[in-house]
Amino acid sequence: MKFIDEFRNKEIAQGLIRRIFEISTRPIQLMEVCGTHTVSFFRYGIREMLPKHIRLLSGPGCPVCVTPNRDIDLAIALSRQKDVLLATFGDMMRVPGSTSSLQKEKAEGRNIRMVYSPLEALRMAKENSGKKVVFLAVGFETTSPAISLTLLQAYNEGIRNLYFLNSQKRVPPALRALLQSEKVQIDGFVLPGHVCAVIGREPFQFIARVFKRPAVITGFEPLDLLQAVWMLVNQIEKEQAFVEIQYTRVVRDEGNPVAVSKMDQAFQQDGALWRGLGWIPESGCRLKYPFSSMDARQIDADVEPSREHPGCLCGEILQAVRTPPECPLFNTVCHPDHPVGPCMVSIEGACFTYFKYEQNPY
Amino acid sequence: MCLSVPGKVVEIQNNMAKVEVGGVLRDVSMAVCPDVAVGEYVLIHTGFAIQKLDEKEALETLDLLRRMAEIR
Repeated sequence: MKFIDEFRNKEIAQGLIRRIFEISTRPIQLMEVCGTHTVSFFRYGIREMLPKHIRLLSGPGCPVCVTPNRDIDLAIALSRQKDVLLATFGDMMRVPGSTSSLQKEKAEGRNIRMVYSPLEALRMAKENSGKKVVFLAVGFETTSPAISLTLLQAYNEGIRNLYFLNSQKRVPPALRALLQSEKVQIDGFVLPGHVCAVIGREPFQFIARVFKRPAVITGFEPLDLLQAVWMLVNQIEKEQAFVEIQYTRVVRDEGNPVAVSKMDQAFQQDGALWRGLGWIPESGCRLKYPFSSMDARQIDADVEPSREHPGCLCGEILQAVRTPPECPLFNTVCHPDHPVGPCMVSIEGACFTYFKYEQNPY
Repeated sequence: MCLSVPGKVVEIQNNMAKVEVGGVLRDVSMAVCPDVAVGEYVLIHTGFAIQKLDEKEALETLDLLRRMAEIR
């Protein structure tokens, strides 16, 4: 058992597709919340194989894409300070802020580095004791344990020059906001398996209990996606609404309680600003009291007034109100080589995924 | 960003493990997965194991899927 190849079996996939065709009778819209799911649906050609009346919508599940310009502009302003070394995940580098990007700033000579793990930022802080090392922390609950543990380790080791520009987001409040806004009809949710690996099923139960919509916590291999679509169609056809777990090899009801306790030690819930979705209560977090001296937002910085590109539809695309090809900038002004909005930058942004698999199929 | 990969734990020392992913050994923090033994699989995200993989559940899922697809 390698936990990958077994879930890519062609014969089983074909059988599952037949089962979906057998039970699916009505037009429905399913939202894949997670950008990694959007990529998987395209990459394995599953969108083409499903009944035409099943429409898949990309949701707000791309942390890079939902990071507001305000935070990117602040990161840029901090990186311009001589005593600052800014570290962040690779995808954040090319995201345009109001007038610049971290990549452009790096080319101008600012001290900006890409990291794979937040622990690398901690190492940088130890190796550069004369600098303020600022980690631009983006991510959902999947990434929060790593960020929390890094913060706790830095504090416990007495490292005082590591700062967190915290832009982490929590998924359940964003889905609640989407359902409340009623801008788009969503008949069922493909829920993010790796977020749920950490926080479990309970935080998503409101989808079924309050909003009466089915949801399935789903893995990322083709058989996972097909089984989840079948489970959703089955519930919809029977007019049921439960939050089911398809990804049972990874997701337990309670998630990972050790990880959650580390997150609770380091951070407390707070409202957060999302690109496209605006301010959502309880959808973010801030550093708890003993660690508040590690909050990069307390460093004085000369931040430019934030503004969005007037033509960019990223905000509406993140809410599934529009699809990438409906944006006038898509594949014209906005292209992976010269992206206008973050959804064209991130490898799991909806615009980049549509560009890669629909405009230039290979 | 939520991309995570399964890997096999080959060595554990003080909360850090060597985990094999596609033939490559990676250093992975086991801080939030303390109950994992050598030989078991974990899900890795940004240098941290975030959850243990359950082989029994995986086999049950595959068995169910085979029956759904009517493959013996």
